[in-house]
Amino acid sequence: MPHDHADHDHTHDHSDLDDMTARVMAMEKLLVDKGLVDPAALDAIVETYEEKIGPRNGAKVVARAWTDPDFAAALKDDATTAIATLGFSGRGGEHMMALFNTPDQHNMVVCTLCSCYPWPVLGLPPVWYKSMPYRSRAISEPRAVLAEFGVTLPEGTKIRVWDSTSELRYLVIPMRPEGTEGWTAEQLETLVTRDSMIGTGLAGARP
Amino acid sequence: MNGPQDAGGRMGFGPVEAEVDEPVFHAPWERRALALNVAAGAAGQWTIDQSRHAREDCPPADYYSFSYYQIWMRALENMLVERGLATRDEIATGQMQQPLRAGITPLAGDRVADVLAAGFPYDRDPKGQAPAYPLGTRVRTRNLQPRGHIRLPSYCRGKVGEVTTIHGYHVFPDTSAEGDKSIAHWLYAVTFQARDLFGDRAAEGDTVCVDLWEPYLDAE
Repeated sequence: MPHDHADHDHTHDHSDLDDMTARVMAMEKLLVDKGLVDPAALDAIVETYEEKIGPRNGAKVVARAWTDPDFAAALKDDATTAIATLGFSGRGGEHMMALFNTPDQHNMVVCTLCSCYPWPVLGLPPVWYKSMPYRSRAISEPRAVLAEFGVTLPEGTKIRVWDSTSELRYLVIPMRPEGTEGWTAEQLETLVTRDSMIGTGLAGARP
Repeated sequence: MNGPQDAGGRMGFGPVEAEVDEPVFHAPWERRALALNVAAGAAGQWTIDQSRHAREDCPPADYYSFSYYQIWMRALENMLVERGLATRDEIATGQMQQPLRAGITPLAGDRVADVLAAGFPYDRDPKGQAPAYPLGTRVRTRNLQPRGHIRLPSYCRGKVGEVTTIHGYHVFPDTSAEGDKSIAHWLYAVTFQARDLFGDRAAEGDTVCVDLWEPYLDAE
């Protein structure tokens, strides 16, 4: 094995990870032995948030809102109940509110105090959402943050930034891309990115 | 608390760096750290606001250098020790020295799906008490600076906004963070002009909407 610089960095990173691995393994053993946690529950929680719940849930909500005016009205009126009819509910999304983007107003969501995020419809938040650069700047300079995501809004579009300081959880309903008349909800879902439902992206754009 | 978590409007943290095709977890231990926190929380020995306060009650230099799940693990350790559920020595070694006191029920594996799908609703019965501030009321946030937990960000203290939504009658985080889940207050979305909060850093006409409980507000 060559001992070049890259190899050294790799070893260093690995030992940092090992410290946390050891610390978390010790905690797991202790709490299981004490009976405070059930190991089967740990596996079920990981499986839920790694495999079952993610932004595809939210994409289904958005595509349905785009194609079903009655659902869109219900979503506007009581998002928690409307979203639950699609099977998405619970922890981290007990109280939902849908924010509909319009040509006049673009909505964007942040949690400046911690990392509140609508788990049942978007899954666990990405690292950038929980990071200090986003938490500090999304609220005070949203247009600069949007530019870093490659988003420039049309002139005349105002921004409303929602700070998730309570147990309300916000799902942005992006505007439906032009040229998608006649598309099915299933086809439209593919255009709904995670970022478009946070407000740091637009539907139909990558990533 | 005026702690490291109160990030809104701060400067110097650099650009937002989004990772392309980001995985849900970045290391196997992060999976277990998330699951341990969710499962231990479901055992009912602390409120969500107590766990938030345990995370923010961290020396700023540590808070800003730790990864997200490192902050969670530090808080979990502190909450266990503070409640006599584990000792520092047990946590360091992973070896149990004292059994858990009686009466604590863990979240069972076969109940995880139902418990997560039901969640933990935070709205309460107002029992006839009406919201003090109807829609459209101009309100001024109080200049509250407690050492304990509060969900009034420092950037919107002493600021005037308008009640634009009445969310409901929700558990009050300040007292929930002291372990008392019985107190609730009316919760509003208050909309501020971004320039009233951030001066000419903000664009004219942009707005900021913050969820605030009645005890954070006075009529303007």
